[in-house]
Amino acid sequence: MTHWHIMVVDDEEVMRESLAAWLREDGYNVDTAVSGNEAIEKARTYDYAIYFVDLKMPGGIDGIETMMEIRKLHPEASIIIVTAYATVDTAITAMKEGAQEYIVKPCNPEEISLLVSRIIKVKNLQRENSILRKKLTKQYSFHDILSKSPKMGKIFELVKDIAALRSTVLIQGESGTGKELIARAIHFSGDRAAKPFVGVSCAALPETLLESELFGHEKGSFTGASSQRKGKFEMADGGTLFLDEIGDISSKLQMDLLRVLQERRFYRVGGAEEIEVDVRVIAAANVDLDRAVREGKFRDDLYYRLNVISIKIPPLRERREDIPILAHSFVERLSHELGRKVNGISEGALRILLDHEWPGNVRELENAIERAIVTCKTTMLTDEDVAFLVPVADQGKASWNVPSNITLEEAERHIITATVQRTHGNIKEAASILGIDRSTLYDRLKKYNVQRE
Amino acid sequence: MYIATLGDVEEDVVAAVERGLGHVYAFGVRRLSGLPEPGYAYDAQRGQYSSALVLRQLITHVPGDALSLLGITQKDLFIPMLSFVLGQAQLSGPAAVISLARLQQEFYGLVPDRQLAVARAVKEAVHEVGHTVGLTHCADSGCPMSLSNTVRHVDAKGAELCASCIVLVEEKTIHMRETGTTLNRAGTRSV
Repeated sequence: MTHWHIMVVDDEEVMRESLAAWLREDGYNVDTAVSGNEAIEKARTYDYAIYFVDLKMPGGIDGIETMMEIRKLHPEASIIIVTAYATVDTAITAMKEGAQEYIVKPCNPEEISLLVSRIIKVKNLQRENSILRKKLTKQYSFHDILSKSPKMGKIFELVKDIAALRSTVLIQGESGTGKELIARAIHFSGDRAAKPFVGVSCAALPETLLESELFGHEKGSFTGASSQRKGKFEMADGGTLFLDEIGDISSKLQMDLLRVLQERRFYRVGGAEEIEVDVRVIAAANVDLDRAVREGKFRDDLYYRLNVISIKIPPLRERREDIPILAHSFVERLSHELGRKVNGISEGALRILLDHEWPGNVRELENAIERAIVTCKTTMLTDEDVAFLVPVADQGKASWNVPSNITLEEAERHIITATVQRTHGNIKEAASILGIDRSTLYDRLKKYNVQRE
Repeated sequence: MYIATLGDVEEDVVAAVERGLGHVYAFGVRRLSGLPEPGYAYDAQRGQYSSALVLRQLITHVPGDALSLLGITQKDLFIPMLSFVLGQAQLSGPAAVISLARLQQEFYGLVPDRQLAVARAVKEAVHEVGHTVGLTHCADSGCPMSLSNTVRHVDAKGAELCASCIVLVEEKTIHMRETGTTLNRAGTRSV
């Protein structure tokens, strides 16, 4: 009937065995323990769904202490504290320390049946939810990139289409949008997957070092070059070279890079031998390269050479539908990595995550979840855990300069117009932001003659 | 399969239980000579009888050739955790007991209904013996193996096992059954 396991903890044999027998008749797998310590030992090796723990067990730790130890091992376990003599103090202590129920024996059989079936029902739903979430994550996963956004879906399609080509790719997107992940997806989707993927952050190194890093150097070619060294182009031979933050390289390097891209040949620094490589170059920039070209900061010929295939990754605020799926995925991974038992996000916390602007994009979201998990005191991230993320609306309030010589009605008209524009005419969302009901908003729109679109 | 009365129990109930069990299970039903009232299991504080202690005593009376031994008592039974139980059995073990106390209308201050009480006793007997065979509670609310914590539940279910439970009984008792004896859809014996 059920795969769930129940533990009955009581020092009194008749109590322990009769309840166990009664639960077994219902099809549950039931284990028993004569003391709190035995229960804790058994809990170390097995994950029981429900614990019936007697409050008073002479000669050892009591029910509350047993519960606290079990909860450290299994925060998600449902613990029912059983007592023959209820007092308000013990009931409050039990509930405060995390007991699911506090029951006074003897109970009506129907009550216990309902209690157990209610807990099991919730556990079944939780398990189902976890399975569905995993399935969903898989469905929206593309080479470690999670997204259900149509914009990202188009990028995934493009990645598949271009993976087998050798054409240079330019990936543009704000910091933290996952440009390197897309570059890796291109590499590992194509026939170069078995060959090296070599990444270089162009902004991290000064010009001379970057030149040596990219093209390698011969022994003695400059002070400190005590031996010959292969550059990243050579290391990536047959595979992919990922040049991150390409917008930051000097004009000399821009020229060198252009030559390599045109001829697929180069010299090591201080070298006389021309080296030929078969490398696919994927470049990434978090600045608008088109604008950099117009401003004369980036060579137009290099730009056109790089921009054979262009991918623009939308910022997270333009694909908010990805926030829940990404957040849940980070909670799952990071709670495991950090050794914490956090396994969910409350509705309130999710609301805050959805409202945040995420200037640092997915990386910022990941960092925020990590910070929230570290400070989280329960098994679920609550709005308190993510309170450090100031909602967009509040950010605006702090810096809003109230215009002078403006009537209240004019101010109202401006605010309503701006909000409706911001929500692209979504009245429900606009009313929610403004804190008024929809019918009031419709009245105001009519009054001020504001168009929804 | 054996039944035994624990103290005074009306003959019509015992006879009905005997017939009911014989109808549902493919085993012969025999009576053990009456066992004494379960005074040893009396809890003065609760004014009830501990079903766990009754079962312990019953185990010592199980005949060697028995699949199970069902005790029938007029006394109100309990386990420490619960205010009462209508019966109790060892899951896949030989001993089971049913209490007639709460199956009678007069327990609830209602007009006695002998026929109803007897019908309830048969269903509870089939239920507890089912546990001794290894059946757990059935999700089919019409099956006597469904969980019943009140007489309301007992009245809502039938006296004959559902198709799934018949199959389970077949499987769980295959090593005990005599050659050629099987359970049919209605739970009656056919050879």
